[in-house]
Amino acid sequence: MIALLMRDLRLAVRAGGGFGLGLAFFLIVTVMVPFSVGPNSELLTRIAPGVLWLGALLSCLLSLDRLLALDWEDGSLDLLATAPLPLEGVVTIKALAHWITTGLPLVLAAPVLGVLLNLPTPGFFWLVISLFLGTPALSVIGTFGAALTVGLKRGGLLLSLLVMPLYVPTLIFGAEVARRGAEDMAVQTPLLMLAGISAAVIALLPFASAAVLRINLR
Amino acid sequence: MSIWEYANPKKFLSTTERVMPALWILSGLLMVVGLVWGFFFTPDDYRQGSTVKIIFLHVPAALLAINAWFMMLVASLVWLVRRHHVSALAARAAAPVGVVMTLIALATGAIWGQPMWGTWWAWDPRLTSFLVLFLFYLGYIALWEAIDNPDTAADLTSILCLVGSVFAVLSRYAVNFWNQGLHQGASLSLDKKENVADAFSNPLYVCMIGFGVFFIAMVFYRTGTEIRARRIKALLARERLEA
Repeated sequence: MIALLMRDLRLAVRAGGGFGLGLAFFLIVTVMVPFSVGPNSELLTRIAPGVLWLGALLSCLLSLDRLLALDWEDGSLDLLATAPLPLEGVVTIKALAHWITTGLPLVLAAPVLGVLLNLPTPGFFWLVISLFLGTPALSVIGTFGAALTVGLKRGGLLLSLLVMPLYVPTLIFGAEVARRGAEDMAVQTPLLMLAGISAAVIALLPFASAAVLRINLR
Repeated sequence: MSIWEYANPKKFLSTTERVMPALWILSGLLMVVGLVWGFFFTPDDYRQGSTVKIIFLHVPAALLAINAWFMMLVASLVWLVRRHHVSALAARAAAPVGVVMTLIALATGAIWGQPMWGTWWAWDPRLTSFLVLFLFYLGYIALWEAIDNPDTAADLTSILCLVGSVFAVLSRYAVNFWNQGLHQGASLSLDKKENVADAFSNPLYVCMIGFGVFFIAMVFYRTGTEIRARRIKALLARERLEA
């Protein structure tokens, strides 16, 4: 499992593109927001948590179609499926690798971009916490979507259509934590819900992803 | 005599073809009676005026939009467990009907909401979860269309339906938490005293049953079409093989 994780990480870092791309996309989306809604700092303060969450979600989505497609094309996915490691483990590791290369940098970059959007001081802490708890769920759900569309020629757009509705609960609770944190309100309820969704999704969804992958590899 | 007999496409077709004319006539009658009764023979509401009558389209459509998804869920489960092709095709056949019902519910809701709430759309939990349901339908149909191999498509869409159901319920509660409602509670429920007045509920029941029968007839019809399309494909493939 560790070997697979290291392989995926090395591929992501060395094989160009993937690693920094999500981060750059996050940056560019955030920079575009003031252009579209105007530089009024009060307005930016109000929408900052939501915008940052949406940006993180979109850049997560952007990197999903590469998650399994490359391994599918060169046949290494077939090898992994016949390996002693159960396929459920493989997809979990894939999701973990995706989180480390996409989700974690987003979490770390979010406070910097929060400055750009004039996020109030108490908001930074809760923004990072909510993203830290929420992005793993995004990666795992995304892996399910990637597994569904892996055999398709133009799966990219379909992938977004399938995954977006599944992201709704995570986005609602994540953005709610960040917003309440920014406004100095009690965050406990949405925070627990967010953590609950992440935990449940990590525990259960790999089984669905593996089942879907088995069908696609048939 | 068990329900699994109808997993045989031939048996399914012959039976549904026998009952379908009756279903069409029954649903047509019920809908005409219910809607005419509802539109012309009910009093105006003392506050909402005649706009209240849109309830006779709105509620049955919303009811079916949810139950169509539920039927797809059951059919998907049957396909995954017992591998009956008719079941997978029925799930596929129900999806477009469900999507249209969702659209009708959203559209009539907007038309009703404009005079009553002063807005076409509000990010109310019920409205929002219906919109999310609409997106789930779109994804489900798009996945069916995208995959060539029919068995793979049936498997993948079934699993999507299962996972989607869980997330749809989750979204329903998430949006409840996220915004307070403008929409009223359930109009009809068995355990409550405060229901819609009898003058409205009786034609509403007729409409609901009419829409329900219509949905069943529609699903039978569309499933039959899917079975025939599958047969034509098989015949063409065999011809190509022999040529």
